[in-house]
Amino acid sequence: MSDPKKTSLYNAHGRYGGKVIDFAGWALPVQYEGITAEHEAVRNNAGIFDVSHMGEVEVRGNHAMEFVQNLVTNDVSVMNENQVIYCLMCYPHGGIVDDLLVYKHTNDFYMLVINASNVEKDFQWMKENIGSYDVELRNISEDVSEVALQGPKAQEVLQELTDTDLNEIAFFYFKKDVKIDGRSCLVSRTGYTGEDGFEIYMKHGDAEHVWDKILEAGKDKGVMPAGLGCRDTLRFEANLPLYGNELSSEITPLEAGFGMFVKLNKPYFIGKEALEKQKASGLKRKIVGFELEGPGIARHGYDVLSNGKNIGFVTTGYSSPTLKKNIGLAMVDIEYAELGTPIEVQIRKNAVKAKVISRKFYNKNYRK
Amino acid sequence: METKSGLLYSDDHEWVRVEGGKAYIGITDYAQHALGEIVYVELPAVGDELNAGDVFGVIESVKAASDSYLPVSGTVLEVNEALSDSPQLINEDPYENWIVLVEITDKATLDNLMNEQEYKDFCSKEA
Repeated sequence: MSDPKKTSLYNAHGRYGGKVIDFAGWALPVQYEGITAEHEAVRNNAGIFDVSHMGEVEVRGNHAMEFVQNLVTNDVSVMNENQVIYCLMCYPHGGIVDDLLVYKHTNDFYMLVINASNVEKDFQWMKENIGSYDVELRNISEDVSEVALQGPKAQEVLQELTDTDLNEIAFFYFKKDVKIDGRSCLVSRTGYTGEDGFEIYMKHGDAEHVWDKILEAGKDKGVMPAGLGCRDTLRFEANLPLYGNELSSEITPLEAGFGMFVKLNKPYFIGKEALEKQKASGLKRKIVGFELEGPGIARHGYDVLSNGKNIGFVTTGYSSPTLKKNIGLAMVDIEYAELGTPIEVQIRKNAVKAKVISRKFYNKNYRK
Repeated sequence: METKSGLLYSDDHEWVRVEGGKAYIGITDYAQHALGEIVYVELPAVGDELNAGDVFGVIESVKAASDSYLPVSGTVLEVNEALSDSPQLINEDPYENWIVLVEITDKATLDNLMNEQEYKDFCSKEA
């Protein structure tokens, strides 16, 4: 294994006491003060995350819109300039290549934000699907730093550092060249925590300055640096999927419960036929929420049973820091998917009783 | 990282306090730091007969589940029930909050353990 890559905030993580691990080939902090404290800071105040590991691909050219429209499940044709949408990118058989955010600059210029662990695979997939589209793709993943400021106080804190009225940036929209303490950034009202907040893209040379200034501005408001540990507990409580857990090449967006981001009325996109067919014939399995009724914590990959028979697997599970309950998401055979259905989760030697509950563990606190 | 005199230590970062033929067992300060906030402890059943090296419990942090290995061979006499409701006690004071009390069935297994100074040296190499 080669040494993990360092983001431009690597030194800052050291200064703030981050416990750095190797995540998808990047040296990133799993926590600073503690996962629970950071989780609560994001829910109650705000937290700032280094998400520079995320990948970015620029799509430019006369057919940029048509190319992206073919690539993803959501409808890019109805987007406004400076709008962002959440999409899945599928294989022809309907399994998922990755989930991504599409940023529309103009009809001939988009930015696609993809998962760090999938950058090579995704970029290869995009290149293979250029076909006769007149587009140019640039993988700019290693040229961009990104931080996410998330939480109910995110706007109040960021507003102190910029003359741009942040109310001008609506939910899932972005603005270019927002000056944060003088540094030019692209700022979107997006995130991965279920809270209001911003994702901020900038040059490497500006990242540490922006990071420090935000923490300085937020010091008296309970804003904390936040690590990958709470990024996962937060996104899980908000029912936001993680590639490799809820999403994979073996799972379709419909099975994962994200059909609202699949526009089957689009003329064409990769995977459309398979997904249409799956919808018409009915799902055989899907992801549900569950709550354990016995002791233990369900973890990713544990078997799910009904009267001893294997009926699925846990995709994510935690002792929820906000709800103080042991809950999870699991892919189960469709006959066990109804709310209230008793199931069991195999936790080591014990089949622990659980029941199917709504996936809305936490009501998202967005500013729309 | 804190250690405590009079205890024996395993290279899996458990401590052992021998009292006659019995031993209290817990995890060290180094271990609780490495795990982070503990949110669940799975305890063995009283009466379980275990060998040194067997898994006697599972300690779960927010992020992950970690097996705990019994440093000595023994029969479980008591488990610390307080940890069922308050697993974070281990974070607060890992040497006061033992996990199991065993009747030692093979005293020779104590010979493989480290004293305080040896354990300190061991940890400084791990870090």
